[in-house]
Amino acid sequence: MRAGGFHTSYRSDMALFDSPLARRAVWLLFAALACAPLFATSYWLDVLNRICIAVIAAMGLNILTGYTGQISLGNAAFLAVGGYATAAMTNRFEWPFPVVIPLSGLVAALVGMLFGIPSLRLKGLYLAMATLAAHFIVAFASTHWESVTGGVNGIAVPSAHLFGVELGDDRRLFWLFLPLTALLLLFARNLFRTRVGKAFVAIRDQDLSAGVMGVDVFRMKLLSFAVSSFFVGVAGSLLAYQARLISPEYYPISLAIDSLGMIIVGGLGSVLGSVLGAIFVTLLPELLRLGTSALSGSFPGMTELFASIKMGTFGLVLILFLIYEPQGLAASWRRLHAWWRLYPFSS
Amino acid sequence: MEFFLQLVLNGLVVGSIYALVALGFVVIYKATSILNFAQGEFLMLGAYVCLALITRFHVPFVFAFLLTLCFSVALGVLIERVVLRPLLGQPVISVIVVTLGLSSVLKAIIQGLWGTDTIPFPQVFPTEPVQVGPLPVSQGYLWSVFCVATLLLLFSFFFRFTRQGIAMRATAFSQQVALTMGVPVKKIFALSWSIAAVVSVAGGVLLGAMRGGVDGSLAFFGLKVVPVVILGGLDSVAGAIVGGVAIGVLENLAGGYLDPLFGGGVKEVAPFIALVLILMVKPHGLFGKVHIDRV
Repeated sequence: MRAGGFHTSYRSDMALFDSPLARRAVWLLFAALACAPLFATSYWLDVLNRICIAVIAAMGLNILTGYTGQISLGNAAFLAVGGYATAAMTNRFEWPFPVVIPLSGLVAALVGMLFGIPSLRLKGLYLAMATLAAHFIVAFASTHWESVTGGVNGIAVPSAHLFGVELGDDRRLFWLFLPLTALLLLFARNLFRTRVGKAFVAIRDQDLSAGVMGVDVFRMKLLSFAVSSFFVGVAGSLLAYQARLISPEYYPISLAIDSLGMIIVGGLGSVLGSVLGAIFVTLLPELLRLGTSALSGSFPGMTELFASIKMGTFGLVLILFLIYEPQGLAASWRRLHAWWRLYPFSS
Repeated sequence: MEFFLQLVLNGLVVGSIYALVALGFVVIYKATSILNFAQGEFLMLGAYVCLALITRFHVPFVFAFLLTLCFSVALGVLIERVVLRPLLGQPVISVIVVTLGLSSVLKAIIQGLWGTDTIPFPQVFPTEPVQVGPLPVSQGYLWSVFCVATLLLLFSFFFRFTRQGIAMRATAFSQQVALTMGVPVKKIFALSWSIAAVVSVAGGVLLGAMRGGVDGSLAFFGLKVVPVVILGGLDSVAGAIVGGVAIGVLENLAGGYLDPLFGGGVKEVAPFIALVLILMVKPHGLFGKVHIDRV
């Protein structure tokens, strides 16, 4: 019997998927999800779409924070930049979504690089503060640059369209969101098989040593900022297409904390972790909502307390994960996998 | 001119409270290398607890204030023991995110107990203003500055002259050396969390009394101290005080003169623009220690 997955060549060690079985499982999952709009209710499609957006945003943050080791509290700001870029482009030029989505990502990437410049001299704690400042500056711009953002009242976003086909509802949007998410995840997974991705990881582990070994630390940090904010900007664009109306209060600082929570819960420096974390954090309030509405019969005050319950549970989950499973759900999955492979001899 | 002086005065008063909260931030950072993003929630919790003591249990303000400070000592020790002790030696991101999680939990508890509406704070300071030079100044401001100055002085003495204070400075200098010299480092951690809780809770109570109302916006002060500590230097107590006052004055001047031009909001964002500029020019702040990294 097999005692584990062992790679005997560099080729198999570097492969995209751990084993042929994993590849098939991912394809099967993708196919199953692609069929979801045929029978899922609109509520669950909305949830699925939000999960797709969260996965992309979490993946982006994980590239910066998990793989490159640069802590960012600016995710909500970059989501806002992507969203407002989409709103501006669709309203003014009526461009179709294959143009708008990548361009929104690029705009976010530019803004991300701008705020990444302080990272030349800063790291760790200080960078968290620089991105915190980015959040408030973007929030200020989005309330006051009224010609572009519509100010506090927000701005409407026309539905995504291509060749006269409108993606007006969640059912149709899902067929755009799902392949896009898969594509970006594939990109991220591939990125860390390349020279650039390995340079990111080297900077995270020891930036000085990385510099000594020939990695251009500042350029790589900026590039990481750019790639990360590109992902987040794309997520922001999708969010705008789904929400159809965006305003400054759509992007509170708690959104950035949610994103950080996703990669902590999922696992830093792991593509699988970003996916699992995003799913977990997006589903948590939905499950809580089901729970509270079930309990509201016996405890009438529950529904008013829902906002507090949601926030408290999120914080508690974060603390418990950090204390008991600091490597996140990705590590739990690896353990489960090992347990299953060695069954019945596993402990 | 009068407008300018009024703005500077408001800045000084708010800035003194920033200084107080920033002191807590710096004490925790110095002793444990943790950035505490739950500082604003400490402040909010303090204001609510004091309010509840006054309105529900009819405790006079001074005693309520002291009781709240006792409560905050317990809060600090509890949080250090339950949440942060298990994370000793974990990477920076973990400890940052754990304080963010903590802030969510505290905010949820406050919202669950007191709701989200503004609750009026009973009148504790006399209302008629005192004339200081050309300006009428409300007595609440003066009392608040007085309390802050007393607390800051007390803590300066504490750090300089008491055994515990010196042990704390030793721990901040080097945990390992402090341990070998027999300093109980874990106790020092608990102590620094309680000090941080005490100063922010005091700030919260004073703010609540000064504003005459308590609501969720108080938590924003926890984020406002970030520019303060960056300006002053993350590991400098004197820097926290200077930075607090400077940022307070800056934000009031920016608000007073630029808000009409931009239609509001400059007051909130000005400290953060300053933060980015400081990070670009002098990342370790005015009094911060410049770190030299070695592989």
